[in-house]
Amino acid sequence: MENIENNLIEKATSGDLGATSRRSFIKTGSLTGVGLMVGLNSFAKEKHPKKISHTDPKSAVLDLEINPFIIISTDGSIALINPRPDMGQGSTQAAPSLIAEELEVSLDKVKLIQSGGQEKYGSQQSGGSSTVRGLWTSLRKAGAAAKEMLIETAAKRWNASISDCYAQEGKIYLKNSDKSFSFGELVDDASKLQVPKNPKLKDPKDFKILGKYNKRLDVPERVTGKAIFGIDIEVPNMVYACMQHSPTIHGKIVSIDDSEALKVKGVLQVIKTKRPMPHRGADAVAVIASNWWAALKGRKALKVSWDNGDLAKTMTTDNYFAATYEAAKKEGIRYEEKGDFNAKFANAKQKLEFNYETPFLAHAPIEPECAVVHVKDDGTAEVWAHVQGPDGGLSDVSRALGISKDKIKFNVPLLGGSFGRKAYHDYLNETCLLAKELKRPVKMMWTREDDITQGPYRPGMLSHMQGFVDKGKIIGFHHHAIGESIVGQVFGGLAPDESDPWLSGEISTENSKYEFPVSKVSWTNVKTEIPIVWWRSVYASNMGWGQECFIDELAQLAGKDPLQARLDLVKDARYKKVLETVAEKANWKEKLGAGQGKGIAVFASFGSISACCITVSKDGAGVKIDKVVSVLDCGYYVNPDHVKAQTEGNIVMGITAAIKGGITFTNGVCDQTNFHQYNIMRLNEAPKIEIHIIDSGENPGGVGEPGLPPIAPALGNAIFAATGKRIRKLPFDITNLG
Amino acid sequence: MAIFNLTVNGKKTKVDVEPDMPLLWVVRDFVGLKGTKFGCGMAQCGACTVHVNGEATRSCQIPVSSLTKNAKITTIEGIGETQLHAVQQAWIEEQVPQCGYCQSGQIMSAVALLKTTPNPTDADIDTYMSGNLCRCGTYDRIRKGIHRAAESLKAGNIGGK
Repeated sequence: MENIENNLIEKATSGDLGATSRRSFIKTGSLTGVGLMVGLNSFAKEKHPKKISHTDPKSAVLDLEINPFIIISTDGSIALINPRPDMGQGSTQAAPSLIAEELEVSLDKVKLIQSGGQEKYGSQQSGGSSTVRGLWTSLRKAGAAAKEMLIETAAKRWNASISDCYAQEGKIYLKNSDKSFSFGELVDDASKLQVPKNPKLKDPKDFKILGKYNKRLDVPERVTGKAIFGIDIEVPNMVYACMQHSPTIHGKIVSIDDSEALKVKGVLQVIKTKRPMPHRGADAVAVIASNWWAALKGRKALKVSWDNGDLAKTMTTDNYFAATYEAAKKEGIRYEEKGDFNAKFANAKQKLEFNYETPFLAHAPIEPECAVVHVKDDGTAEVWAHVQGPDGGLSDVSRALGISKDKIKFNVPLLGGSFGRKAYHDYLNETCLLAKELKRPVKMMWTREDDITQGPYRPGMLSHMQGFVDKGKIIGFHHHAIGESIVGQVFGGLAPDESDPWLSGEISTENSKYEFPVSKVSWTNVKTEIPIVWWRSVYASNMGWGQECFIDELAQLAGKDPLQARLDLVKDARYKKVLETVAEKANWKEKLGAGQGKGIAVFASFGSISACCITVSKDGAGVKIDKVVSVLDCGYYVNPDHVKAQTEGNIVMGITAAIKGGITFTNGVCDQTNFHQYNIMRLNEAPKIEIHIIDSGENPGGVGEPGLPPIAPALGNAIFAATGKRIRKLPFDITNLG
Repeated sequence: MAIFNLTVNGKKTKVDVEPDMPLLWVVRDFVGLKGTKFGCGMAQCGACTVHVNGEATRSCQIPVSSLTKNAKITTIEGIGETQLHAVQQAWIEEQVPQCGYCQSGQIMSAVALLKTTPNPTDADIDTYMSGNLCRCGTYDRIRKGIHRAAESLKAGNIGGK
């Protein structure tokens, strides 16, 4: 993947197009709302450095961008833009596949380019499981439009009708003849045409790439050490930075004694700086050195005195959860209500009320947060940062540096995992502040300890559940979600009387499709200074636990089979199919051995529906997981193997979140520092898994996250089935259930 | 600073670094081989796994000065220089990596495992590979990949250079 597009913009806007400037900005109504742009770019420049001529552009190879996502050169080479950074979810291949399918080219014959935040590519945020579902139509239209322009050009040259021409493998053919033109031969003329507004899209039955198993083309580089991640960036004259953050995250610096740090060989200077977070800035110290090991040693030799204010008292997870349990006793802000829940619950004869707790969690991608930023003498800047969204990253860098976006080249290397973390740009902003001061390239790298102790984290949440049954049926259901608001803390966008829409939407009956006769969804915001942010599947990762375990508890009270209880509540055909499929594949009705149990759960998020069935058996004082069966209906998808891989990942991460340690704060300080205390599942603990995709032919849904929310509740329900023990607080020790 | 003579992937190289610098940073920032990754700095994650004299070693815990004079260091770049190693091929066949960041370490561990245990059982794999974390959750495929590589090596695939 290369990142050359900024050069293209610089060139196009600097008038460096000579005689081709006539065509440099031909504005037409384009599909993506971005003007058609045709021009030379550095792609050509790199390949033919000596041939570029301002007076005779024809002497160079013209690379014609016939819409913002496709660059076809007159020499026949084709490049497609991937607008969504790859953190392991496969967007590098998935997004360009959408273009390639309609353009009729093979991915192994095109060059893939990662976008660098330019506005013409629209939203470039990998997040919310949005890549395929968000780009399904627009990128296919981009490919189809380009194809129609090429066909129209070929038809004109042959004096043939458009319907007699077709595209295949980078060429336009004339039916019943041996005539053909390569895309490169046509692109110069094709680029002068209007971009068709409504190009015809292929019938899914004719798909050659979409929906088919294809090996990822970037796997070879990921198994040979050649893939370039954020941490691998090295530029000439670069210095390294290691940060000393406040142990209480928000402590203020009283004094810095850097005398010992400056004695460390390789340490160049110590800078008092900031860690800018969305909800508040924090003091920090940077040790700058000629290599990162020296910077780390320098950090260890620093003596910083911090004023922690009241944080030791106020910023503890015990206090936070105590406040959530208090809030559970009071009425929350109503998000939706059907019937008078409170009155009916008060009068119900068979009812339950329980609280379900989920912990704070670190994302802990194995590649820690890092960035390289260079503020140059000519007032421009260049950035290399493994962010989930270069568009937001570019805005942040522009703000932090006070340099306009068009003067910043933003390169996006691969992300060594992220799970939401690298869409929070504190570490990038921090690097910008250093770069501004240093005026030379600086590579700032966090340690694992920074990653785990500094946040932001998935918020710990409480689900206060109330429900009642009558005559063997679940009648009333109330989900009261309690905790800190991501919308509130990260965006400062939650009014005091407003329920967090991200969260409440997840647990609405519109989302769950449970048609309770009486129901309520409510919310109470319990604030914390612990930095929080989205984590794989956002609130669904918390809320699935309360919703799906409590359905099981109500089913038990009603004397109903947990699967049947769910099927009785749902009329939606897709949900029913997902539940029935997981039951069939997991052999729900089979006779189990003594001490064995199966648990089921279903949750919809990010436009897809996922169900999970887990089988466990008693093992000493705990249980062991025998098997996990996951089913996903994500509508149309690009590659079934991507879907499976993401679901495998969701199973591992979902179980980890349930049975491994969470993040806790005591006296204002995170109790976990590295993987010896913040455990994540290891290979020897990974259970047998089985994944089934339902080919529903519906609009594409998300894939990267929806598999996660049903995992923990399916496990909790299985443990109840096997042992009679109902677990309501995560995480728990699976080897000792107490 | 001190001069250390190292043999990395069969090539002799000289570095001028502090004696306490871990091999990880020497390899990445002074030899210039970025395939070996940093994950935790305390031998908890295995992302930095390299071979020292053929043995899988967490390079973040090995000060460069502790290496013996003739130590042979092999990194991910050195196991399939002329032809992909059977483990790398199996990783492609099984489409093991997601982000791929931990996979250099996973592969170096798997190669070392197969050297001593050419026919590993699931239990062997569990024991040997439990030191390598994967946050993307590719464990099921890692198991399959190791079995596939073992079959391939038995069938006479030379595996690596």
